[in-house]
Amino acid sequence: MRIDKDLIAASATPMVLAILAEGESYGYAILKRVRELSDGQVEWTDGMLYPLLHRLGRHGYVTTEWRTSPEGRRRKYYAITDAGRAALAEQQRQWAAVTRALGDVWPGGLLPAIGEA
Amino acid sequence: MEGVESQIAEWRAYVVDVPGVNGHDVDELEDHLRHQIAELRAAGLTADEGFLIAMKRLGDVDGMSREFAREHSGRLWKQLLVSGDEASAPAATGWREAVAFALAAAVTVQVVRLAASAPDEEPTWLLRNAALFVLPFLAGFLAHRRRLDTRGWLVAAAPFALVALVVNVYPYAADSGTELLVALHLPVVLWFAGGVAYMGGSVRSHERRMDFVRFTGEWFIYYVLIALGGGVLMALTGLILEPAGLSVDWIPMWVLPSGAAGAVVVAAWLVESKQRVVENMAPVLTMLFTPLFALMLAGAAVVYAATGVGAAFDRDLLAVFDVLLLIVLGLVLYGMSARDPSASPDWMDRIQLVAVSAALVLDVMVLGAMIARIGDLGFTPNRAAALGLNLVLLVNLAGAAWLTARFIGRRSVLHPLERWQTSYLPVFALWAAVVVVFLPPLFGFE
Repeated sequence: MRIDKDLIAASATPMVLAILAEGESYGYAILKRVRELSDGQVEWTDGMLYPLLHRLGRHGYVTTEWRTSPEGRRRKYYAITDAGRAALAEQQRQWAAVTRALGDVWPGGLLPAIGEA
Repeated sequence: MEGVESQIAEWRAYVVDVPGVNGHDVDELEDHLRHQIAELRAAGLTADEGFLIAMKRLGDVDGMSREFAREHSGRLWKQLLVSGDEASAPAATGWREAVAFALAAAVTVQVVRLAASAPDEEPTWLLRNAALFVLPFLAGFLAHRRRLDTRGWLVAAAPFALVALVVNVYPYAADSGTELLVALHLPVVLWFAGGVAYMGGSVRSHERRMDFVRFTGEWFIYYVLIALGGGVLMALTGLILEPAGLSVDWIPMWVLPSGAAGAVVVAAWLVESKQRVVENMAPVLTMLFTPLFALMLAGAAVVYAATGVGAAFDRDLLAVFDVLLLIVLGLVLYGMSARDPSASPDWMDRIQLVAVSAALVLDVMVLGAMIARIGDLGFTPNRAAALGLNLVLLVNLAGAAWLTARFIGRRSVLHPLERWQTSYLPVFALWAAVVVVFLPPLFGFE
């Protein structure tokens, strides 16, 4: 199943914020976590993650720090801020409202539709 | 592994030149790439295969470059591209249009001058309308460059038509003070009206407004440079021709007004097309002058706080203070537009906070003196205009000082401060429009 491009774009911010809420991370590990969480169904173009991370930084949702990775390379780590957590909570409310509405209107609710796919 | 190293080096050299992407981004992407290749090798692929798959997953460079550029529009500005889906105007072309619009402005100024039989006579309508003879050509040039559609042209032209109507149907009294105020504020209104054309219909966009601030700063630098060069040329021409017995009266009558009008469009074209030349100078200029102005403002604030303000503020000094506050605001705005928004606070931000706070203190004192004056002597058009301008400045400076302090104290990022300034731009335009449209009738066109 291919998930629609717009849907992926819309879910990218809450997904990244939620992953960072689990603990600080870096680009490659975030992408891996996304694949893991969606059983490989959410496929991002890797390069697009970085501009998104920069936008989150500009809005003050994440802080960044260059450190040396265990492999000895320079690596940029991202950590969520309080403003980021607040934004995530707001996103969660919005997504809950959307999924609730879809669950009400789709026959049999939301989960069977996922099961059929 | 050798082969992959050289492939990565080649990729790096290519991506680092892509618009919107800087060296740190490439470091980050390279770390990503190496991580991915290592993992694929661990799964049994060769280094070459790993490189190919990692590249494929990273996605095409153009799309990524567009995303980076959208996020960092400041970088984009430096690299002479317009983001978004519309095709960008070609970089160094368009000089024919620039010359055409500049010539049109130059000729219009002369036609008007002859119609007014200046400089023998100086009718007040000439002064009052001065900006209307030049700035429409700038807006036209920008609208043409942005390839606006009919609706875009109408939206851009509407403020000019409205203002032209208002300015010319009002029955100003002889020696009218409001007429002089209109002449002073009209260029500001029309400059912002030109901004509508510059932003090409996306006036609500924070990024486009920031671009307009950059444009204004760069335009000012170019215009001053052209004015200096032109001044030297005219002075030398006069000095060389006069001893030969030739009359040089034609220079101030023909060359000066036309040159000044044409240069408005030419400077805009230079900003649009020769961005690289100035981009290194602009941050240097703000870096040089912001500390100097901060020092001067802090000194002035201390002096006036110590000596008291009562008697010192007469009418001329008030005008000087208003100009000073506007310059500080210009420096701060322009410095911010040239700044990398993702960098953490540094000493320049602290100096800017000093400048803004000192300006704020001075503004409060000016306002106090002004209100006392109005209490004693009542409102005049001049006092009303000055009071309004100072209130507009006060709110802006207070907001800027508060947000800068929060940014330096790391309680906030730069973004809210930038937003504050770009959201405030219409307030300046509105106030200038109020002075042009409402002040004259309020004071009976006196």
